[in-house]
Amino acid sequence: MRRAVIAFTAFLGGLIFLLAGPAHAGPADCQGLRGTLNFQGQPVNGARISVTTEDGKPVAEATTDAQGRWDVQVEDPGRYKVTLDVGSLPQNAEARGGTNVRTLSVYEGNCSTALFPLQPKGGGQDQGQQSDDNSAFWTRAAQLTFEGFNLGLIIALAALGLSLIYGTTGLTNFAHGELVTLGAILAYGFNAGMGLGLIPAAAIAVIVAGLLGYLQDRFFWGQLRRRGTGIIAMMIISIGVALFLRYLFLIVFGGQTEAYTQYNAQPGVQVGPISAAPKNFVAMGIELVVLIIVGIALLRTRTGKAARAVADNPALAASSGINVDRVVRIIWTSGGAIAALAGIMLGLSQNLKYTMGQEMLLLIFAGVTLGGLGTAFGALIGSLVVGLFIQVSTLWVPPELKSVGALAVLIIVLLVRPQGILGRRERIG
Amino acid sequence: MHAETMSTDRKAAALAAFKDLARDPGVPKPDPILVVDHVVRRFGGLTAVDVGHVEIQRGSITALIGPNGAGKTTFFNQLTGFDTADAGSWTFNGRSMNGVPAHKVARSGMVRTFQLTKALSRLTVLENMRLGAQKQKGENFWRALVPRVWRAQEDEITERAEELLARFKLDAKRDDFAGSLSGGQRKLLEMARALMVNPELVMLDEPMAGVNPALTQSLLGHVKDLREQGMTVLFVEHDMDMVRDISDWVIVMAQGAVIAEGPPSTIMSDQRVIDAYLGAHHDAPLSEGELEAQLQEAEAALEAEIEEETQK
Amino acid sequence: MDWITIFSTTIKSAVGVETVLYGIAAIGLNVHFGYTGLLNFGQAAFMGVAGYGLAVTVVVLGMPFWAGIIFGLIAAVILAFLLGIPTLQLRADYLAIVTIAAAEIVRLVFRSVQFKDVFGGSDGHRGFTEGFYALNPYPTGNYGFNLGPIPLFFNHRTMWVITVGWVLIALACLIVHLLMKSPWGRVLKAIREDEDAVRSLGKSVFSYKMQALVLGGVIGSLGGFIYGLGYASVQPDVFGTETTFYMYTMVILGGAARVLGPVIGSMLFWVLLVLIYGVLSEAVRVGYITFMDTNQVGALRWILVGAGLILLLVYRPQGIFGDKREIAIDAR
Repeated sequence: MRRAVIAFTAFLGGLIFLLAGPAHAGPADCQGLRGTLNFQGQPVNGARISVTTEDGKPVAEATTDAQGRWDVQVEDPGRYKVTLDVGSLPQNAEARGGTNVRTLSVYEGNCSTALFPLQPKGGGQDQGQQSDDNSAFWTRAAQLTFEGFNLGLIIALAALGLSLIYGTTGLTNFAHGELVTLGAILAYGFNAGMGLGLIPAAAIAVIVAGLLGYLQDRFFWGQLRRRGTGIIAMMIISIGVALFLRYLFLIVFGGQTEAYTQYNAQPGVQVGPISAAPKNFVAMGIELVVLIIVGIALLRTRTGKAARAVADNPALAASSGINVDRVVRIIWTSGGAIAALAGIMLGLSQNLKYTMGQEMLLLIFAGVTLGGLGTAFGALIGSLVVGLFIQVSTLWVPPELKSVGALAVLIIVLLVRPQGILGRRERIG
Repeated sequence: MHAETMSTDRKAAALAAFKDLARDPGVPKPDPILVVDHVVRRFGGLTAVDVGHVEIQRGSITALIGPNGAGKTTFFNQLTGFDTADAGSWTFNGRSMNGVPAHKVARSGMVRTFQLTKALSRLTVLENMRLGAQKQKGENFWRALVPRVWRAQEDEITERAEELLARFKLDAKRDDFAGSLSGGQRKLLEMARALMVNPELVMLDEPMAGVNPALTQSLLGHVKDLREQGMTVLFVEHDMDMVRDISDWVIVMAQGAVIAEGPPSTIMSDQRVIDAYLGAHHDAPLSEGELEAQLQEAEAALEAEIEEETQK
Repeated sequence: MDWITIFSTTIKSAVGVETVLYGIAAIGLNVHFGYTGLLNFGQAAFMGVAGYGLAVTVVVLGMPFWAGIIFGLIAAVILAFLLGIPTLQLRADYLAIVTIAAAEIVRLVFRSVQFKDVFGGSDGHRGFTEGFYALNPYPTGNYGFNLGPIPLFFNHRTMWVITVGWVLIALACLIVHLLMKSPWGRVLKAIREDEDAVRSLGKSVFSYKMQALVLGGVIGSLGGFIYGLGYASVQPDVFGTETTFYMYTMVILGGAARVLGPVIGSMLFWVLLVLIYGVLSEAVRVGYITFMDTNQVGALRWILVGAGLILLLVYRPQGIFGDKREIAIDAR
């Protein structure tokens, strides 16, 4: 056991040195203003920002890059006025509440962030007549439902693995978000680094991630289980793994946001009230197909049935002749692979960052708990609910707070029905 | 056993109280400490407990027996507030107890032990015992900060705990972690700890399960001792020899309901009991296959229920 | 290599602001996790509401410093109740998820544009520490001594913060020591072992868990004040989930359910971190290490924290000085 853990740690450690590629310098010393412009989840390229002193003396101008970022360094600390040129925004976008000017303080050696939330034109409150408002609302509702479904499917992919691992081993895996990031970054490596097309890159990434999932169980979690490590200790160990991997990604990938080299800026397609890039439709198709395949595998195949049996009651399953270790290993392998797929899809619909999985982890937890810890189909339904809720709630809630709503719902659901939607109550005694 | 000789009074009194009672389920007792009415608990579509009427005689040792899955432990959980009943009411010493949380049930004098012992592993044996004492001044947050306030009471508690430990022959272990005790010793510790609460009614869930035979006699003696000290005992047990040996009255449960009551000497010959419980395999435990079958049945019922709920 | 600077910063970090603020917050976490067995993954939120309570009171409401401290403490108590009433009845793993979610909600609200007027958005607040430094008894200057060739000096502001911090740590440790020796602490430890057993002995488990949550939360909130005062600012992302994770590392490193465990854990944690960072970044600067830059060295030390946490729990779950028999975490 000792040897196995050391070997695994050494293996991961070795990765740092093997993969430590070109350095990505972050902003070391920063004194000024910066921000990121996003519109409907996509970065806004080429928007003009001008910075003046409080009394209107021009200081600098900046234009947002492909990631929607802009950055202005200033000589002296003090109050500055930041103006967003509304004319440089995409045609259908406007600043929320019409506020395109912000005044901020810059402190010595620090950067302040100026945010300009954007919204689609016509989504505003005081435009047009009542009937127009109404139809605009429903168009937006349809659009958000679509986006929510998309997000929900991605969460579901990630949640399936987490839920099955929890069900079969009792591990609440805080490092599952990093498996999602892993997939996205691997695909990026094959895509941008090695010049493969995104589709073959994604396929290889999924396979590699599955393999890493297998190795992780074979040489790490499996060994810990054999030692009889308690579930709380394992939960905290998974936090260690999460930190380890997250900062490994930071070293290897860097702290910036990236996009795949293909299918990057696709023009939107209008389908009924919904407008989206074709890649989103394709991605959703793939997600649905994978989920259906996994679902059928769980329902129909021997291994799938065994997996559900183990998740249901490991002791009973073991006593009725199911090789629990083998089932768990298969779950780790496939769980790692589909989590990676979730990461790739997430990278496709948003952007890649070394914290992308971590940021989604709570939503995955929300989906899993909502559906009932350890139930595969519960995780699916829970995730879709979470995804839909997050997006549709932005009809009433500011988008930056949309996760707050989802997390609040998670807490409330746990109060009312702690066993989740599909979970069952435990017997005491 | 030394308890045997000096115990005859209490035992005789208990037996006398049961002497002329009918053998029907729910028969009224002369001086009931616990009266249960229509307690129902369902898990999904499975009715785990559905007890019409039962009384427990004060100062007696009453055994609760029944095949696996008869709902004995669930029934215990309802009575002691560890699980909420779907319906029904019960009184302890005339006080209504339904809806009362577990810790208040214990405070009122009705203390239970668990089928799987719950020794507090990383507390010492003595700390385990001290925990059982009630109304401790030092258990209040602010007073805990001033040791002077609770020191004297703590010494009293320690003295009482040591007496009990000596009686249960655990005094040599007083400073060991409870986790280092053997299974039987844990059962003893749990029982001794329950006595620290000063209960009137002690409810033991399978006190003999997993106990090494050498300790069985000693445990039996302790259970009888409880009655001698004026406590009432209600216990769940599978070992019929033990039931015959120490109980004054036996209540039989099957499929969640009480199906018969009677003295231990004759309960085994009761036709209802033979039919419902002992049936074809007298005195034999359930086989592996039957267990599995029962489990599967329960799971199927649950599954159906869940499906029903999700389709709504 | 500039070993003097490396050793100077390393030794200073053993008592520095970061050690103090994490140490004190970890004492609170130890009450939750080490003694009571509550998997609170939202400890950073207690620090956050306290720091923001202080900052908002002074900056936005224009009230004096001590009023800010009172509001900060009240905010921590309220958070404990908000978090505790719904979650303390849940299973351990649910509690972990709910507390982490709640802490994330707190952070997202702090950094939102919607409430920028109150909480200052992602830049947070500054300029609320005059009241505190007005009380500074240390005249302007540097304080410390030379250990051989190594200078160990803090300026008067830092001195004042860490003096207050260490006094608070001493007080918190004393209180925890008294409580855990008392019957009250005995109930907490028993709850950690088995809730149902404690219930069956007539103790209100919920009430004790709530008391523990409030106590640990209030102690944790002191760490939030120290942060705000030490860095003269509060920013939402400081109070993120990783902060809580680092505190877990410290508690386990020093030994869970030991009075001084979190303090020793915090000292070891920062000394190691600063030393490793100092040595590696110097090596990069001088050119001994060529395959990494300073930013990557910064990330590397967090990798080591992760690896350290894993190895600790696998090989020494009782912590560096703990006794294997009484480890608070069921690791076997």
